[in-house]
Amino acid sequence: MSEKLLVSLEVNGEVVEQETEPRTLLSTFIRDSLGLTGTHVGCEHGICGACTVLLNGVTVRSCLTFAVQANGGKLKTVEGLLRRDGSLHPLQRKFAEHHALQCGFCTPGMLMTCEEICRNKPAATREEIRDGISGNLCRCTGYQTIVNAVADYLENPHD
Amino acid sequence: MTDTGARRWVGKSILRKEDPKLLAGKAKFVDDIQLPRMCHAATVSSIYAHAKILAVRCDAAKALPGVIAVVTGAEAAELSGPLPSRANPTVTQHCLAIDKVRYVGEPVVAVVAETRAIAEDAAALVEVDYEELPVVADMDAALEARGDAVLHPERGDTNVYTVVHRKWGEVDAAFANSAHIVKRMFRWPRVSAQPIETVGAVVEYEPATQHFFFYSNMSQQMMASGGLAAALKVRPSQLSFVPMYVGGSFGGKVGVYHVAILAAVLARICCRPVKFMEDRLEHLLNGNQHGSDRRYLAELAIDANGIFTGLRCDVVDDYGAYFHLALGAHGNAAAQITGPYRMTAVDYKVTAVATNKTQQGPYRGFGGEVANFVLERLVDAAARQLKADPFELRKRNFLRPDAFPYTTPTGNLYDSGDYEGVLDEAMRMAKIDDWKARKAKQRGNSKRLGIGVATVCERSVMNVTEFWFFEDKPLNPVSSSPESVSIRIDVQGVPIVTIYAPCWGNSPETLAAQLTAEHLCVDPSTIVVNYAGTDGGMLSKGPAGSRFTVMLAGAIEGACQALLAKVKAVAAHRWGCKEEDVAIDERGAFMTAGDGHVMTFAQIAEASYLYRLDFPKGDRFTTGLAASYTYDHPCATLPDPKTGDLGIFYPIVGHACHLVLAEVDTELATVRIVDYVAVHDVGQVVNPMTMDGQIRGGIAQGIGTVLLEKYEFDESGQALTGSLADYLIPTACEVPDIRVSHFTTPSPLTSLGIKGGGEGGRLASCPAITSAIDDALEDEGIFITELPVTPSRLFDLLRAPASDRATQESPAAPERPTAVEHH
Repeated sequence: MSEKLLVSLEVNGEVVEQETEPRTLLSTFIRDSLGLTGTHVGCEHGICGACTVLLNGVTVRSCLTFAVQANGGKLKTVEGLLRRDGSLHPLQRKFAEHHALQCGFCTPGMLMTCEEICRNKPAATREEIRDGISGNLCRCTGYQTIVNAVADYLENPHD
Repeated sequence: MTDTGARRWVGKSILRKEDPKLLAGKAKFVDDIQLPRMCHAATVSSIYAHAKILAVRCDAAKALPGVIAVVTGAEAAELSGPLPSRANPTVTQHCLAIDKVRYVGEPVVAVVAETRAIAEDAAALVEVDYEELPVVADMDAALEARGDAVLHPERGDTNVYTVVHRKWGEVDAAFANSAHIVKRMFRWPRVSAQPIETVGAVVEYEPATQHFFFYSNMSQQMMASGGLAAALKVRPSQLSFVPMYVGGSFGGKVGVYHVAILAAVLARICCRPVKFMEDRLEHLLNGNQHGSDRRYLAELAIDANGIFTGLRCDVVDDYGAYFHLALGAHGNAAAQITGPYRMTAVDYKVTAVATNKTQQGPYRGFGGEVANFVLERLVDAAARQLKADPFELRKRNFLRPDAFPYTTPTGNLYDSGDYEGVLDEAMRMAKIDDWKARKAKQRGNSKRLGIGVATVCERSVMNVTEFWFFEDKPLNPVSSSPESVSIRIDVQGVPIVTIYAPCWGNSPETLAAQLTAEHLCVDPSTIVVNYAGTDGGMLSKGPAGSRFTVMLAGAIEGACQALLAKVKAVAAHRWGCKEEDVAIDERGAFMTAGDGHVMTFAQIAEASYLYRLDFPKGDRFTTGLAASYTYDHPCATLPDPKTGDLGIFYPIVGHACHLVLAEVDTELATVRIVDYVAVHDVGQVVNPMTMDGQIRGGIAQGIGTVLLEKYEFDESGQALTGSLADYLIPTACEVPDIRVSHFTTPSPLTSLGIKGGGEGGRLASCPAITSAIDDALEDEGIFITELPVTPSRLFDLLRAPASDRATQESPAAPERPTAVEHH
């Protein structure tokens, strides 16, 4: 168990190399080894989606992925959504404008899922947005305002 | 309707102050805390629902490299007493079970290691020998159980925690003289908050000063610190809570003491900071936070004119293995047991039983949502039985706007309302005739439409007497429910507001800024809001019972009045005028007469902080510009044990009407919500955007309760819902777009006329959605009496012989076993 492997990957645009146990979950690696605590862990069995990150541009549940599986890959977390000067991404601003978050715990994972929806389906309908976020649980909002935020962002991506 | 016109900031949907850091992933939640030398705890949980612990063998776990400590229940008990409990006689619970386990998932042993993974490895090496005891897996078994099946034999040879039976008004006469009696058996399922963040704590113990530092998402930290300190056998002044962002609570994190206490015990044993985060399985099985689990035999007496004259409820509530909040959730239900209706007589009996399941805690509504469900179901059943229009029947029985202030049969006060106005607004928004036409068009098709209605009260601004007024000998008859705020205008004139409750996902920073801005006439974006830890020493109960906004508003008004008095005094002295001739607007202070001088807050602050000798001696001109204020309940009274009057404890009473258009697919046995209208009276709305968010979120949780969620157990007490793939929280596909509107009757009792609104979405949605389902199936004679209405349950109902459905109309109710009175 204790034998460690070297994991080398690009995290939010920066190359990172760290040793970790083969069993280390990607979520644990991101939060504890990299100190990027914006990615949250809700259920650790792949249902809630709070831990969703982008690995090579595709959403993955970081709680169902081993850190070593990300070796050589490109990882993007909620911290990587921010602009270089630390300001919010337009999608994040839409979340604030539409009150698409309350406690904010599911929000980082929800944002990563929505970023993928917007990239892959720039003309997504409300139903498609709902379908797209149905793997991310939010216990606060009832989802409607999240759908509003994403729909608004798709219409006005540069606001 | 409302008088929002005069307000500068209250009533506006300003964007939230909380959001930038939450969106950036920078807000600190408890699991984000990393302290030097911090180690990690995992627990060994009971695999049996009821068993004696014969032996615990920890040697193999202790020998594992990286393990720091392995702690049994007996060892933990050397440093901690029983968990806080309100019941009398006490039901003893420890942070780790000692001699006996009482439900599957009860923590038995804790392991502390360098990493969570090692702690879990070691936990798997701990061996516990059990001797199984008879399992009490449901409420009927609990009523019968004796001997080894009794969970807490020290309280007597019974699993009945308590029986309370109260009557208010001439209830027996009301039933004897009634023209109609509507009687149904209802079953409310065991559901809970299940926030996306589980409960956790990081605790550091400083031996030199014998002080605990808590980083915890447990709610109501200030109120809890007394109980926690007692459990840790120290004084409250030896505990400090550091404020944290919390990933949702909905009541569920109010009473979860064992996590923080266990982390504290382990930190003390290890002399290192310890993090203990529940995993999802733990939160599902042993979170001490399952909600009400009730069966009602409920009856409504109705006179020849269709007027409701009396209500009888005989309730059995499956509280699980412990009873730490006593009958608080039934006290809550008593706040508005007669709902929005003129009804003067009530008979309420509750039998609280112990079973081998995790114990109850609060969940949005705290029992009030169950009472609303039962009453609205009875009204729907009455409409069917009397062949009356459900809207008209409700209107006929509503309290009229001139009835307020209204004293309920139990002694609670309703401050204001216009229930017919709310219902009319909802029917107008829904275009109810269109809905009816759509329903008629699909009648007889495999996909039917149904129209559901619920008109419910939302008692708000709790006072804590509800936790004990049903007790014969209350252990701790507390009656204070304070909220506090400190406001400082800094030397540059910037208001800095300190609040004493953490952010649970409500919007405390935004509301504090908005309310302060209203009084000080400044832009809320210029106001800084921060959180005090318990070291701050101000009293705060925090969010619970839809109280926080109202209580915060009262505290802020008090602090702002003190600040503005000082501001006016400073300006008046500078100008040599009377204080009455100084007023405040967005410029700062100005002279209402004469020269019309103006001083900005920056100038007044500068004078107050730096130029003491320009002002007269005495306390009025003490250096600085700051005020603190503690606001307690605006209108509460003690119960009167002699008369049975429960007193005023929930007098700020909002109202909601939910109308639901639902499609029932009779072939697939599924329910889809097609349209949803929610009209709420929450008094003056502070921020419509965040208020509507609370309402929609509550409705989503109601959808879960009605259609999806339930903790299931088998006959041996094994939990069958051990993951979020079994316990189904609504996703974006189950929650429709919801149209929300407001109909305002301001509270005459609160600052700015605000009423609480945090629970109304869930308080109204459960009966409304259910009502839509059986309205769609009226032709089949189906009337829903049990939740959740899952596809399999709906399938069974649809395929049941018509005669069985008919029995639901006038139930041959199963005889309720006689409760054993507890002495």
